[in-house]
Amino acid sequence: MINPLRSEADAFRFTLIVGVLLAPIALVAIIWSTGAALAVAGGLAIGLVVGLFVLKQDEPKEKMLLGRRLEDRGDGRYRILVVANETLSGRALREKISQRGHSGEAQLKVVCPALNSKIKHWTNEEDAAREAAGTRLQALLSGLRSEGFDADGDIGDDDPVQAMEDGLRRFPADEVIISTHPPGRSNWLERDVVKRARELTDITVTHVVVDLDREGAGPTPAT
Amino acid sequence: MESASIAAGAAHAHEHHGPPEAHKSSRIDSQLLGVLLFIISEAMLFGSFFTAYFFVRVVQNEPWPPDPFEFPVLVASMNTAILVSSSFTVHYALHSIKKGNRLGMQVGLVTTFLLGAMFLLTQINEYVKAGFAISDGAFASVFYGLTGLHGLHVFVGLTLLLIMIVRAYRGHFSPQAHMGVECAGIYWHFVDVMWIIVWSTVYLL
Repeated sequence: MINPLRSEADAFRFTLIVGVLLAPIALVAIIWSTGAALAVAGGLAIGLVVGLFVLKQDEPKEKMLLGRRLEDRGDGRYRILVVANETLSGRALREKISQRGHSGEAQLKVVCPALNSKIKHWTNEEDAAREAAGTRLQALLSGLRSEGFDADGDIGDDDPVQAMEDGLRRFPADEVIISTHPPGRSNWLERDVVKRARELTDITVTHVVVDLDREGAGPTPAT
Repeated sequence: MESASIAAGAAHAHEHHGPPEAHKSSRIDSQLLGVLLFIISEAMLFGSFFTAYFFVRVVQNEPWPPDPFEFPVLVASMNTAILVSSSFTVHYALHSIKKGNRLGMQVGLVTTFLLGAMFLLTQINEYVKAGFAISDGAFASVFYGLTGLHGLHVFVGLTLLLIMIVRAYRGHFSPQAHMGVECAGIYWHFVDVMWIIVWSTVYLL
């Protein structure tokens, strides 16, 4: 849904739409009667709801221009945005990052969503979630930097797709790597995070499955 | 997104005092978000007045306005045209500054201010000649309450516009930086939309 008040231009458009919708109601009220005007208002309201529903169904899903374009690669370095939380310590993720770019050749940005319960999210109680995300992130960044990677990171929104979108706005990347637990154990996969991320952007979104149990490196205590 | 850089955060972890850094989204500018939340609260305020209006009309189940009173529909309709026009002029002002046309912005803002002032003066004149006072029953209270609340918002909008005009003449805005005009413009459109709804419900229905 488009926020009608995101900018003055959107607010102006919204004003025009309200004016156009209310004009026939006003005309009928002046010329005919209040009852007829209410009937027109009801008809318009139903038509508006149905029209919006039909338009939404037909609306082609446009991918956002969030990634970096080829012509913008001035420094020639490959930029990777990594989105992960509990699997940040996974070996599979580290290997995938190493495959993508050797030290000094790739620029990394790691976004760690501050995973939180719904209740805590709505009550803004997110300090513990941020702290846990920050601890995991710091551990990964230290490791990557010791290997010579140019890496930094942010704590992101608790919705991984939103965190990715936010990350791409600040760090236009060539590729996104999303790391999750294996299917069946991954809450992110249940929520179609990878699918939604691919729908959102047309840059490569690579999915890495990290099985921490198999790797023998148990997860950091969950948030 | 929480933009706390971990590199910086680690360095200052032991020095930081006070609340954590603000949670910001990259989807909307925080100033615009502030305006949006303010307008949502304003819409709720108008909502409470509309509730009173519909309650009075449904409970009384009498002609609106009750005899022998009459609303000056024609004057109110002209006022509507004036206010709707002012939405175009404020939009023109912002459109101009985005293109670097400073004069266009100044003309747009001044014209909007004049139209808004004309609206307010017409409304005051309407009150003087209405023929009923706020104490003349529930209908009068609701009428003055709703239109007065809106008039108050027009006054606030005019104050904002005046500040923007002064800033515009002092050369404060540029194609890159014009957030003040943007926020004032959004507020003005909100005032306009609310009037269209007030006019339709109170005067016409």
